[in-house]
Amino acid sequence: MAVKTEAIGKEWPPASFEVEAARIDQYASAVGEDNPIYHDTEAAKAAGFRDLVAPPMFCVVYSAPALGPAILDPEVGINIPVMVHGGQEFQWGEPVCAGDLITTTATCKEIYEQDGRGFYVFESVSTNQEGEETVRGIWTDIVRGV
Amino acid sequence: MSDFKQGDSLPELRVTPDAGLTKRYAEASGDPNPIHTDPEFAKSVGLPGIILHGLYSMAQVARAHTEAGGGDPRALKRLSVQFRGMGFPEQEIVVTTTVKEARDGRLVTDTVAAQGDNRIIRNAEAELELDEAR
Repeated sequence: MAVKTEAIGKEWPPASFEVEAARIDQYASAVGEDNPIYHDTEAAKAAGFRDLVAPPMFCVVYSAPALGPAILDPEVGINIPVMVHGGQEFQWGEPVCAGDLITTTATCKEIYEQDGRGFYVFESVSTNQEGEETVRGIWTDIVRGV
Repeated sequence: MSDFKQGDSLPELRVTPDAGLTKRYAEASGDPNPIHTDPEFAKSVGLPGIILHGLYSMAQVARAHTEAGGGDPRALKRLSVQFRGMGFPEQEIVVTTTVKEARDGRLVTDTVAAQGDNRIIRNAEAELELDEAR
């Protein structure tokens, strides 16, 4: 069985995420980010941010609503139970703060087979309510035994 | 901060995810995959037990960089990682970072995150912009 490549170039509808202070605080606590700028709005403002600011990797939280439908799309055909996350790249732009509305669009960049494994590469581009790019991600998922 | 030069190390980061971490991370990140939270399910798909989320481990690499950059999230411009070995709860993660290039307050680094001899992230490359360059 070979990988299906019809989905290369497919773009999914944009998905939006409203950034709430509580989600930043919860995420920062889970990953051990104890810098007060991620937990205390006043501390973030004192450091020059508009509001409570998110650690860079919070991008996985607000990108997820756009990536989910892409990874689960039958046209892509990923065998989810045996999928592993093989690689990840993020390039950051504007910082994300509580109150932001982030819109993310996911695209399928590549699907290929190598050594009996399927490689599925997606790109995500996220922008805030001002149209400024906050992050660009390259997500590589690997499926064994395609 | 501008003292880092090629071949230097950034401060090492050490963290031991506790037994409840993967559940908290799953809730915080919105990743519901049970291989990270349900030991029976993890074993049913051939894993030795629940494993850490790769993106949690990546967040430790990111944190090592922003902390080295003076705690400012804007310092981290880019991070690229490959997930290889599986990470496990209740084992210490050591994040070791070397400066590959340093120019005008911008660093390019190479990072390994390991639990003992098990390198869970390798070939991680980051770009860090220090205060002086902004």
